[in-house]
Amino acid sequence: MEATIPVLILAIPLFMFLFLGILGKYMSHKLAGILGTAGMGVTLILAYFTAFTYFFAGTPEFVDEAGQRLQCVVFNVDWLQLYDQLVIRLGFLLDPISAMMLVVITTISFMVHLYSNGYMRDHHGVWEKGFQRFYAFLSLFSFSMLGLVVATNIFQMYIFWELVGASSYLLIGFYYTKPSAVSASKKAFIVTRFADLGFLIGILVLSWYTGTFNFTELTSVPVADGVSAVSLTTAEGVKNIFASSAVPTFMGGSVMTWALVLIFMGGMGKSAMMPLHIWLPDAMEGPTPVSALIHAATMVVAGVYLVARLFPLYLMEPASLTIVTVVGAITALYAAMVACVQIDIKRVLAFSSISQIAFMMVSLGVATPDFHEGLGYMASMFHLFTHAMFKALLFLGAGALIHAIGSNDYTDMHGLRKYMPVTHITFLIGCLSIAGIIPFSGFFSKDEILSSCLGNSTVTYIWMSLVAGLTAFYMFRLYYLIFWWKEHKVREGHHTPHDQPWTMTLPLVILAAISCVAGFIPFGNFVTWNGEPYDFMAHFDWNVATISLIVAVAGIAVATWLYRKENSVPAKMRAAIPALWDWCYHRFYFDELYMFITHKIIFGCISRPIAWFDRHVVDGAMDGMAYVTNKAAYAIRCMQSGNVQMYVWIYLLGALLLGAVTAVCLMF
Amino acid sequence: MEITMIYYLIPALVMFCCGLYGFITRKNMIAMLISLELMLNAVDINFVVFNRFLFPEQMEGMFFTLFAIAMAAAETALAIAIIINVFRWGKRIDVSDLTKLKD
Amino acid sequence: MFSNILIYFVVIPLLMLAGLAFCRNIRQIRAVAVTGSLVLTALSVYLLVDYLGLRAAGADAPMLYTDSWAWFKPLNINLSVGVDGISVAMLLLSSIILLTGSFASWKIDQAKEFFLWLVLLTTGVFGFFISIDLFTMFMFYEVALIPMYLLIGVWGSGNKNYSAMKLTLMLMGGSAFLMLGLIGIYYHSAPDGSELTWNLLQIAENGSIDKGWQYFLFPMTFVGFGVLGAMFPFHTWSPDGHASAPTAVSMLHAGVLMKLGGYGCFRVSIYLMPEAANDLAWIFLILTGISVVYGAFSACVQTDLKYINAYSSVSHCGLVLFAILMLNTTAMTGAIMQMLSHGLMTALFFALIGMIYGRTHTRDIRQMGGLMKIMPFLAVCYVIAGMASLGLPGLSGFVAEMTIFIGSFQQGMADYLAGDGSLRLVFTIIACCSIVITAVYILRVVGKLLLGPVQDKHHLELTDATWWERTSTVVLILSVAAIGCFPNFFEDIIRFTFSEQIFTVIGMN
Repeated sequence: MEATIPVLILAIPLFMFLFLGILGKYMSHKLAGILGTAGMGVTLILAYFTAFTYFFAGTPEFVDEAGQRLQCVVFNVDWLQLYDQLVIRLGFLLDPISAMMLVVITTISFMVHLYSNGYMRDHHGVWEKGFQRFYAFLSLFSFSMLGLVVATNIFQMYIFWELVGASSYLLIGFYYTKPSAVSASKKAFIVTRFADLGFLIGILVLSWYTGTFNFTELTSVPVADGVSAVSLTTAEGVKNIFASSAVPTFMGGSVMTWALVLIFMGGMGKSAMMPLHIWLPDAMEGPTPVSALIHAATMVVAGVYLVARLFPLYLMEPASLTIVTVVGAITALYAAMVACVQIDIKRVLAFSSISQIAFMMVSLGVATPDFHEGLGYMASMFHLFTHAMFKALLFLGAGALIHAIGSNDYTDMHGLRKYMPVTHITFLIGCLSIAGIIPFSGFFSKDEILSSCLGNSTVTYIWMSLVAGLTAFYMFRLYYLIFWWKEHKVREGHHTPHDQPWTMTLPLVILAAISCVAGFIPFGNFVTWNGEPYDFMAHFDWNVATISLIVAVAGIAVATWLYRKENSVPAKMRAAIPALWDWCYHRFYFDELYMFITHKIIFGCISRPIAWFDRHVVDGAMDGMAYVTNKAAYAIRCMQSGNVQMYVWIYLLGALLLGAVTAVCLMF
Repeated sequence: MEITMIYYLIPALVMFCCGLYGFITRKNMIAMLISLELMLNAVDINFVVFNRFLFPEQMEGMFFTLFAIAMAAAETALAIAIIINVFRWGKRIDVSDLTKLKD
Repeated sequence: MFSNILIYFVVIPLLMLAGLAFCRNIRQIRAVAVTGSLVLTALSVYLLVDYLGLRAAGADAPMLYTDSWAWFKPLNINLSVGVDGISVAMLLLSSIILLTGSFASWKIDQAKEFFLWLVLLTTGVFGFFISIDLFTMFMFYEVALIPMYLLIGVWGSGNKNYSAMKLTLMLMGGSAFLMLGLIGIYYHSAPDGSELTWNLLQIAENGSIDKGWQYFLFPMTFVGFGVLGAMFPFHTWSPDGHASAPTAVSMLHAGVLMKLGGYGCFRVSIYLMPEAANDLAWIFLILTGISVVYGAFSACVQTDLKYINAYSSVSHCGLVLFAILMLNTTAMTGAIMQMLSHGLMTALFFALIGMIYGRTHTRDIRQMGGLMKIMPFLAVCYVIAGMASLGLPGLSGFVAEMTIFIGSFQQGMADYLAGDGSLRLVFTIIACCSIVITAVYILRVVGKLLLGPVQDKHHLELTDATWWERTSTVVLILSVAAIGCFPNFFEDIIRFTFSEQIFTVIGMN
């Protein structure tokens, strides 16, 4: 494949960032918006073209005779030569998941660019301050995210991983005069940075161990039985690590397991897995389109993407996959429980994102080649795809509501279905999709995940089905509380809420349409863990599908019973289990715990004592030396009386003494 | 009686000791200066004497003494000047009052 | 003598001094300072290009442009010059910082005297980097240190007398160790009977310092240079000194002078005494490893902008010495990158702090807030500097830190597997933790100082950067971004030096 188009896919957003960032303030808001959207539109077309070529061109660089899809390095330039064997390269890797991610990212990003033209101004058409900056940051994010997914090596991924973190920081803190936005952005950056520390150490271990960063070398040869017969590349200069008998171990795990677990820690940070999830709910301080783009559809699934990218390696170390599964399962349940009681609609959606991403993680964790040809991997990627669409839809819908009402809390909304019909319908489609109702897209992907869980263990299956039921419940709770329930008689705003301009409704409609039909994409033909296409329907388990449908309907039914109309049941239920409700409402006090750790322990018990030690002990020692010298000088000074005759006496006595000593010495 | 070196050296030693005693005990700066001159002259005598008796064919001791006398003259002039200035400043020339330089 | 390009790095500053002496008004002073530093920058860029050309053409001597002029025959002291990739990089760094520092002190009081001392200091710095004779190296080192006292004592702010005295005395104390070490090296510079020499290259070639003496001389020189490189526990001059120094002096000091320490450690201690370096590295690894984390933690709770930055410098410069002690090509390359990166980045920081201080008249972050709204240009630059400092890819800090971490980790694992203990490994992981702590203190400052609501309503009347301030910061930002975006170019300059020469001497890796 020619390198021109892939280069442009990365270069256009980067150029738009620099262009809008530097010259944005000299142009009108409208022009900046149009330019940003147009730039993204071009990228979208190019990315679609690339993905289409990859999947359908059938050229030998993309697919071999047996129909197995191959990894294709379109270009790869040396960026930093570390030593003879180890080079960091920047390149463009095209394979099933990166092609899929190109589509996802550019689609959502384009929708958000378009949507923001309407969202980022108030009802009188006055533009938000810093509108150009907003578009510049969006472009920066798109560039970083695209760079991340097409990374040819793990270090390139780390580079763009950091860049998406930084653009997320900038976008969360977009309303920088608001202290809560500032602290949310800070928290997001630092928590993910902490996770990245694990990622970095994992990369160090992995690169030392394998002598390479390249994904193709790390994962090239498929694994036969999952444990032993692994032959990674034995190219010149690359240590054949797995063949060596002296594999060091550390605390019971092999070095490889540790490397993978540490790398997964990076993924946990970005994908907001427990206990590193605390930044994501706060990240909702950013403008809503940003939440849709970054904190629901693209950046937060980077962790899933990372694990998927290194999946063959994870397969070799079953212990690390077990950790992925456990973390995912716990997070899924936790986030679903918390989402059930939140008031802020964006928070509900945020926890829902955490829960859904955890679904993807679990799906990767339970995937094995011997069960339905690695169904879990495919299901995870499929869910990533559908989730990106319907969650972006839900967030953009929430954005429309917030824009109309001017508040994030459902208590200010209630009964909006008459005023905002388009938003209502599209939001409902989003809810049905995430709840897993046939034929919306979420049904198919979630069903595949549950099927693959069943292949792992019944416990996982039941656990995840329960979470699926909870998902249906809290989403419909949200839906009813926003669009039904009692209607506010007097509204806070000066006008009745209404649907938004076309720039905002068009993305909603498009995304809703995608959510309706995306489930019918034969995903197995495109994305599988080893590139071999497989028949989707052959592995479709009607029993699982029926049960999950029943669970979802049950969840919706409960939500309907409790929240369709104003009634006293929810309040009674809350009174019945106050402790659980409180714990859920306060997100199991994780934020308080982190506040305690950072402020009391890190600042209070480490930083302050060190600063004190520095000022008083280290510095004090230096000052003390100066003080002693000074004092000693003053002490000696009184010998210098200024009395000339005293000096002469001393001189004389000294001379005599010297003479006497000399005489004595000469005598003996 | 043959006049040996010792006849010169003993008066010179007495002169030197007088000078030393005077320099240490007298508080008047003029008196101290005189004592200083006494010591210098005692040393000059020694130079000349050693030169005359030990190395009669050489003249270094003589010349050294001449230099020392010239230096002493210059030094005295300088010292007197300082003393006069000190007198103008404090109306006293008592050396025990002059300890300001230590600061 | 004047046919050698290197000598112009000393001649031009001396001409600038002469020119400044005849200046009558501020305009002439600025003209001399800017022209001179522009010429120096152009010269170092030319040198860089020419150097790379020579290397590409196959010149493989350890130092190029070598030349030597006798200065004091009886002790065999020569003015010997010569550069390798590291020196070329350092010369470029110094000239860029001098240039931007001149712009940053556009409005200084008593400009003539200020620039005279500043240029004298620069003369010392340039002389140090081009010298390969230990004695002249030391002499230039001292020339660079002394003006600092006056620059801080006269033009500084706050508790300036104390700071200036402390800084000078501590650095002088360091140079006492250094002097001792250098004289010791001189007396062991050649095998018995042959002529002693101060020339670095000859000493390295002779390799006649026996191991017992190396054990004594290595710590002497390492501590001597380490004081300037802000090694724990000899770093306390840095917070006070930087806090009191005027803007351009902070820039030059943190940006260039602290690099003298790292450069000297590498050039003298490690290069001449590799065996002792190998055996004693653990002591200094512990100290520098502590510096890295300790500086970062201290920076977390400071309230004075300059203190924050000074502690951050302790942390970053600690990383330089830390990486040098890894005795591993990759880590050492990283150390030099970190020197470049930290030099530019911290100069940018100090320039911005100076500009903010010049407007708000306070450096206490508790009394400021929301400056992004008031002076967007400076605030954006500050954010960029912060991002470079916390290692955002695309800016210089990331490249340097990653090279260091990868190199250190390789060395640590190699040690561990060879049964040499896990000290390097453990300290590498500890040093890695600094990336998180750095993020904490940088974002804390950015959040308090630039974002959020405006704290003091008097600040609303303040203005954004003037053209000379913009020039200064933009040049620095472009340099930082250049390293961050095209690291291979810079690593190429440095790498040749290591792989071909140093390690044949050290005989490892």
